[in-house]
Amino acid sequence: MQIQLFLQNINYIGSSCLFVIGLYTVLTHPNLIKKLIGINIMETSVFLFFVSIGFIQSGSAPILQTAGNETIQYVNPLPSALILTGIVVAVSITVYGLSMIIKIYNAYGTIELDEIMQIRSEEAND
Amino acid sequence: MKKFIMFTALGGLLIIMISSYMQMPPMGNVENPSYNEVAVYYLDEALEDTHAPNVVADIIMDYRALDTLGEATVLFTSIAAVLTILVGKDPKLGEEDSHHG
Amino acid sequence: MDDLIVRNVSRMIIPFIQLYGLFVIFHGHISPGGGFPGGAILGASIVLYTLAFGAEKGHQKMPHSISKWLESGAIIFYMLIGMVGIFTGYVFLTNKAAGFYMGEVGVVFSGGFIPMITLAIGIKVGSTMITLFHTMIDEEEEH
Repeated sequence: MQIQLFLQNINYIGSSCLFVIGLYTVLTHPNLIKKLIGINIMETSVFLFFVSIGFIQSGSAPILQTAGNETIQYVNPLPSALILTGIVVAVSITVYGLSMIIKIYNAYGTIELDEIMQIRSEEAND
Repeated sequence: MKKFIMFTALGGLLIIMISSYMQMPPMGNVENPSYNEVAVYYLDEALEDTHAPNVVADIIMDYRALDTLGEATVLFTSIAAVLTILVGKDPKLGEEDSHHG
Repeated sequence: MDDLIVRNVSRMIIPFIQLYGLFVIFHGHISPGGGFPGGAILGASIVLYTLAFGAEKGHQKMPHSISKWLESGAIIFYMLIGMVGIFTGYVFLTNKAAGFYMGEVGVVFSGGFIPMITLAIGIKVGSTMITLFHTMIDEEEEH
């Protein structure tokens, strides 16, 4: 019974696991590029959750068939259309973060957050 | 100690998320509240309204075309932000370059 | 990267990648695909060219002066298509009632302004990818 419930909602559980993995990466790794990868994993988990809401068991992709006479069950097209916006925003945020990381590397010579903090504290003491 | 607190917090978050997903209606059912009259309208009327069989393209290019214009604006803004950061020299950066290495 | 095999293989497959991108864009309303994936494929072909032949030849292939006009022109084309709805007496971005050619279901030239908007979005996404990649490559080579 419980196993059945887990197997029915396997996409939701997978998306929550991905979210926690991404949050762990953002919180623990001092490397800035690894933090950005963690943010991307969290975004992917949200996309997976949102698209699985519109899923229909044994439904086909929402491209209407005009030839046959029998009625076909299609999946919900609205979450797929909305997630396209999210993907574009995710790409924009990734590019903006990467360009800021390039500027940080030019200024400090490293992208490890603890070393940057050390350099900043030494500068403050000077 | 720091790692233990982190694992406890993240494990608690995972348990809260999974237990709240268990309260949702099961995935892939036609009677789900997400499969409401909006999706049924799009699937039924899209062929007469737009003469294009790909319903996702109908939604993002016809019914919600203003939303796609906003998406193009987001791409334009990201280009503007990246060019603002990367192209062009900071005058103070050249003097302190030897100091930072 | 200066490698003979990479240069020759990429020179062979880049036209097919661009043809596939154009196919995905122009069949966006009758098959899976659309402006965003097609534009990403088109941009990826130029990114592959830049990676294989170096940043200098990549700039010659797709100069910043051209991609700047493509980016701005795609959005302006999109807005002009929307303006047709206003000038014929309807709201912004009206498709069927504004008198666009609807055509038969299932052929390429059908669906009103949907193929035109898909083309505009494809050009916009492709030139955006190329501009961002070339900007970051330049920044890396300066330092």
